[in-house]
Amino acid sequence: MEQNIVLEMRDISKNFTGVRALSHVDFTLRKGEIHALMGENGAGKSTLIKVLTGVHEFESGSIHMNGENKDIINHSPQEAQTNGISTVYQEVNLCPNLTVAENLFIGREPRNKVGMINWKEMNARSAKLLESLNINVPPTQMLDECSVAIQQMIAIARAVDMKCKVLILDEPTSSLDDEEVEKLFVLMRRLREEGVGIIFVTHFLEQVYAVCDRITVLRNGELVGEYETKDLPRVMLVAKMMGKDFDDLADIKGNHKDKKMFSETPVIEANGIGHKGTIRPFNLKINKGEVIGLTGLLGSGRSELVRAIYGADKADSGTLKVNGKEAKISSPLDAMKLGMAYLPEDRKAEGIIADLSVRENIIIALQAKRGMFHPLSRKEMEEAADKYIEMLQIKTASRETPIKSLSGGNQQKVILGRWLLTNPEYLILDEPTRGIDIGTKTEIQKIVLDLADQGMAVTFISSEVEEMLRTCSRMAVLRDGEKVGELEESELSQSNIMKAIAGGDDKNE
Amino acid sequence: MNKSKFKKITSARLFLPVVCLIAVLLINVIKTPDFFNITIRNGVFYGYVIDVINRASELVILAVGMTLVTAASGGQDISVGAVMAVAAAVCCQILSGGASSVTAYQNSLILAVIAALLAAALCGAFNGFLVAKLNIQPMVATLILYTAGRGIAQLVTNGQITYIRVQSFQMAGGYIGKSPVPTPVLFAIVTVVIVALILKKTALGLYIESVGINGKAARLVGLNSTMIKFLTYVICGVLAGIAGLVASSRIYSADANNIGLNLEMDAILAVALGGNFLGGGKFSLIGSVIGAYTIQALTTTLYAMNVKADQLPVYKAIVVIIIVTLQSDVFKKFIESHRSKKVSVAAEGGQK
Amino acid sequence: MMKQKKKMTSSGFLLLITIVLFFAMYAAGMVIFADKGFAKPQMFLNLFVSNAGLLVISCGLTIVMITGGIDISVGSVTALVCMVMADLMENKGVSAYVAVLAALLIGLAFGVVQGFLVTYMGIQPFIVTLAGMFFGRGMTAIISTDMISIKNELFLKWANYRFYMPFGSTNKKGKFIPAYIPPTVVIAIIVVLIIAVLLKYFKFGRKLYAIGGNRQSALMMGLDVKKTMFRAYVLDGFLAGLGGFLFCLNSCAGFVEQAKGLEMDAISSAVIGGTLLSGGVGTPIGSMFGVLIKGTISSLITAQGTLSSWWVRIVLSALLCFFIVIQSVLASAKKKK
Repeated sequence: MEQNIVLEMRDISKNFTGVRALSHVDFTLRKGEIHALMGENGAGKSTLIKVLTGVHEFESGSIHMNGENKDIINHSPQEAQTNGISTVYQEVNLCPNLTVAENLFIGREPRNKVGMINWKEMNARSAKLLESLNINVPPTQMLDECSVAIQQMIAIARAVDMKCKVLILDEPTSSLDDEEVEKLFVLMRRLREEGVGIIFVTHFLEQVYAVCDRITVLRNGELVGEYETKDLPRVMLVAKMMGKDFDDLADIKGNHKDKKMFSETPVIEANGIGHKGTIRPFNLKINKGEVIGLTGLLGSGRSELVRAIYGADKADSGTLKVNGKEAKISSPLDAMKLGMAYLPEDRKAEGIIADLSVRENIIIALQAKRGMFHPLSRKEMEEAADKYIEMLQIKTASRETPIKSLSGGNQQKVILGRWLLTNPEYLILDEPTRGIDIGTKTEIQKIVLDLADQGMAVTFISSEVEEMLRTCSRMAVLRDGEKVGELEESELSQSNIMKAIAGGDDKNE
Repeated sequence: MNKSKFKKITSARLFLPVVCLIAVLLINVIKTPDFFNITIRNGVFYGYVIDVINRASELVILAVGMTLVTAASGGQDISVGAVMAVAAAVCCQILSGGASSVTAYQNSLILAVIAALLAAALCGAFNGFLVAKLNIQPMVATLILYTAGRGIAQLVTNGQITYIRVQSFQMAGGYIGKSPVPTPVLFAIVTVVIVALILKKTALGLYIESVGINGKAARLVGLNSTMIKFLTYVICGVLAGIAGLVASSRIYSADANNIGLNLEMDAILAVALGGNFLGGGKFSLIGSVIGAYTIQALTTTLYAMNVKADQLPVYKAIVVIIIVTLQSDVFKKFIESHRSKKVSVAAEGGQK
Repeated sequence: MMKQKKKMTSSGFLLLITIVLFFAMYAAGMVIFADKGFAKPQMFLNLFVSNAGLLVISCGLTIVMITGGIDISVGSVTALVCMVMADLMENKGVSAYVAVLAALLIGLAFGVVQGFLVTYMGIQPFIVTLAGMFFGRGMTAIISTDMISIKNELFLKWANYRFYMPFGSTNKKGKFIPAYIPPTVVIAIIVVLIIAVLLKYFKFGRKLYAIGGNRQSALMMGLDVKKTMFRAYVLDGFLAGLGGFLFCLNSCAGFVEQAKGLEMDAISSAVIGGTLLSGGVGTPIGSMFGVLIKGTISSLITAQGTLSSWWVRIVLSALLCFFIVIQSVLASAKKKK
C-alpha cells in the first residue's frame, strides 16, 4: 500500500428507504493532493461526503485514516472534526454577527485562569493565523462585512487551525468571481504543500483542471473510476459523468430524425435578459412547436435562465417579447397571464403543495390565473382533475388523496397536469424526470413531444443527454452561469453536446 | 379490520375537537344533571347549554379570524382582545358624543358601527403590514397592538367607562324583539356562515392553505402571498371588531380595561383544539368553532367549580401546553419510534 | 472601505440612535419641565429607582432574544413573585430571607420548564411563554385575588434603606439634600454589569451570540446548541425572579394586576437598546438605555400632568414599532447587498 494515504473509504454502501444511494464505492485520498469528486445529480457525491462526515450512517464498508487499520465511524460533523475531517460548505457555516477572530476560535477561545476569554490573545492568534495563510482581513472585522470568498477562506483557516488532515470543500466556488476563485486556489495549493488532503467538489470543469491532481467520478451511486487529471481529457470526463464511454459515442441521431419541422414564429424572444449573480444576460428565441433543450452541468445556470424568463427571479436587465409583443414580467403571475408555465426543478420545495389533494394541486395554477373571485366550481375542478389523472395516467387512490402520499413520478405528473390545465403556449420543464422511474420518464418525454406537435413551445432541461436528444430539436448550451452557444438540430449528437458542455480548449486532447 | 376502522376515526380531522367537546359536556352532565335542560322563561330560552352557547359567541367570532391568520402566516394574532376594546371604545364614544353616560344616541348607530369596524380593520391592516410586508414574526408584530390597543381605547374614551343606556344598543348583546334566542348567538352563526361562504364562493380558502403550506410553490403558481397574508389579518381585525361590539353591547358600555380581556389566549386555544396546526397550512373552520364552544363549556364548568375568573388562565395555559406538545414534531417522532418498536416486537412475537 | 462604513450603521447604529435619543429626551425634559426638577440629580437617579426590577428583567430578556427567542411571561412571573413573597411573609409568617429564596426559585422553575419546552420539545418560544404568562397571572389569582400589603419589618427595612450620594441639590430654604439610591438600584446595576461581562467574556455568552447569528453554523462548529439555549432560558427565568423581588421592594405589595404589561416594557427596552428580534445582536448595556428611555417617557408624561398614563404605553409601543420597522428595513437592505 502507498505510504501517504490519509483517507481510505472501501466498499461503502448506503440505502435510503430502499433506494440505493451508494453501492460499493471506494475512495482514496492521499496526503498533499487535491482530489476532485465529480458526478451529476444523484451520482452520490454528497451522500459520500455525508457518510464520511457523519451526517448519514452507512450500511457497509469501512473508513480508515492515515493508513491505520482502525475503522473510523463518525456519528456527527463534530466527531468528524475531532478526527481531523473538516468540511467547508458552499453556504458558509460561520456566524455573520461575530468577528473574524471569534469565528476562528469559537468553542475553543483562549481563556485566562478565571475562565474569561482573552480577546487580546484571540485577536493576536487570529492575526497570525490569517497572515500565515495570506488571508488579508483584520481579525476584529465583523464576518458579514467580509466578501463570500474571504468567508470561505476563514472557514478553511478555522479547519486548518483545528489540525485537519482531510479538508472537504463542497462547492466553495459557486458564488465567487474569477479573482476570488484564484485566491482560493492559491490557498488550496498552499495547504496541499503542507500535506493536507483536500476533497474538492465542484461543477466547474475549468477549476478541476486548474487545481486538481486526481479525479474520482461517481455515477448513479457507483464508482466509475479514479483518474489522474492529466490522463483524463475534458470530454472524457464529461462522458464518464454522463455515463457514456466516449469511444461508444456513435451518433444515435437516427432515432429522432422524423421530428417535424416547426414554424418560424417565435413565442419567446429574450434580449439581454439576466439576473445579477445567477445568470449573465442572454439572448434566446423559442418558436412555436419547438422543444428547445438547455444543457450544461448542474449549476451552469440552466434553471436560473428559465427562472429569469418566468419572473421567478425577476430579471434585472434586458427585454422580453412574448408573441412579438414586449412584455413586462415582475412576478410569476405576469408570466402565467402571458401563457407561460413553469415546472420547477425542486419538486418538493417549489412544486407540490404537500398537504393539499391531487385535485387541488392540479387546479391551483388555473385558479390563481382566474383570480380569487372567479372560483372554479366543484364540478369543474373534479372534471379537470379526472381529465389529467386519466390523460397522464396518474396513479392515485383518488383525486382527494393528498399529493404527498403519491410517488415522485406521479407527483410530477400532477404538477405537469397543473400546468397543462392552464393551457400554456410556452411550457418550461426543469428536470421533469429526475428521480422518476424509467416508465414514467418515457411517458413524460412522449407527452412533451405530443405537446410540441400541437404547437406548444417547450423548454426542456435535463441532466441526461440521451433524454435531451430524444426530445429536443435545438439546444442552448450553458456553462458557469452563462449561455455560451446553441446547437442546431443537425449538430445534435452526444459527442457534440459533451464537447460543448466541457468547453474550453482541451489541453489534454 | 376493526383496528383500521378505529384508526380511520381517530385520525379524522375533527376527532380531537369533538372528543374534547364530548368530554367537557360529559363532566357537565355528571356535575349538573339538568345541564341539557332547556326551558322557556319570560319568552326566551333558558338553560346551561344556552348560557354556554351565548357566552361563547365572541370567542367563536375571534376563533374564525384566528384560524385564517394561523393558516396563512403560521403565527397568531395576540392583539384581538385589545382590538375588541378599541372597536367598542370607538363605537360608544361616537354614540355618546363624548359624555360618560347617555340615554339617547348622540350620533347615528350605523355611523358608529361602521367607524368601529373601520378602526378594527385598520388595526388588522397594521398587523398585516408588519407581518406580510415586513416579514416580522406574527406574535412580535401583534404584540405592539396587544399592549398599545387598550391604551388607545382608553384615549378614545378619555379614560372613562362610557355607558350607552339605550334599549336598541343592548340588543346585540341581549335579545332582538321577541326573539327567544340571544342575539350574540345569531351574530356568531351569521359570522361563521358568511366567512364559510366567502371561503367557499371564492378561492380564498384554497389560497390561504397554499400560502401556509408552501409559500414558494404558491408564488410559482401565481399567488401573491403577501397580499393573502395581509388580507387574513384585516379579516381577523374586522372580526375582532364585531366581537368587540357584541361584548360592548352586553354591558352597554365600553370598558377598555376589560372588554376581550384574555380572549386572545382562548382564541388561540380554540384554533389548536380545533385540530388546526399552529404552524399554518390546512385548516378547519368548523373545528375551531367546536373548539371555541368547548372552551366556553370548560370555562363555565370551572366557574361552576368555584374557580374565579382571574384564575382561569392557569387551566387554559396547561391545556395549551399539552396540545402544542402533542402537536410538536419531537413528540410525534417519539410516538412513532415507540410504535415502530412495538410493531417490530409484535412481528418477532408472531414469528416465534 | 465603503462597505465597512455602511456596515457600521446596522448594528452599532441602532444603539447609537438610542443613546442619543435618551439624552435628547432627557435634555428636552430639563428645558421644558425645569420647574419640575428634571435638572436635579435625584430626578435622574429616579429613572433607576423606579425601574430597577425592569432593568434586571430586561437583561434576562436580552439573553433569550440574543438566541433568537423571546419570553413574554416575565410580567406575570413578577406578579406571581410579589404575591408569593407577600403571602409568605404576611399570611404564612415566613422570614424575609425565605421569601426571597422562594422568589428566586419561582423564577428558576419558570426558566427550567419554559426552557425545556422551547429547546428540547421544539415548541415556539412565543406560545410557550404566552402560556407561561397566563399561568403566572392565574396562579397569582389563585393565591389571592385581594391585594396583600407587606408589613414585614426586615423587608421594609430593605425597601426603605438609602445609600446617600455625595452630591445632591439644595431646596428652597437653601438646605442641602443629598441624592440617594435604594439597594434595588445597586443590585440592578451589579446584575447589568455581571451579565455584560458574562456575554462578552465568557464562552457561554459568545455561544449565545453564535446561536442567534446562525443556529445551523453553531451546530456545525461543534457548539452544544440545545444545552446553551436551555441555560439561556433558565438564566432568563432566574433574572425574572430576581427582578420580581426588586419590583416587590418598590411596591411592597402583591396583587393580581401588578406588573401588567411589564413584558412589553422589557421587550421594547431590549429592542430599543439595539437587540435584534431575529437574534444574534444585543447587549445588556443597550437594554439599560432602553429602560432609561422608557423611564424618561413616563417621567415626561407625568411631568406634563394632563396626559393620561396610557400615553406611556402608547408612546413606548410606537417607539418599539419604529425600531422593529428599522430593523426589518436594515435586514432586507443587507440581504439585497
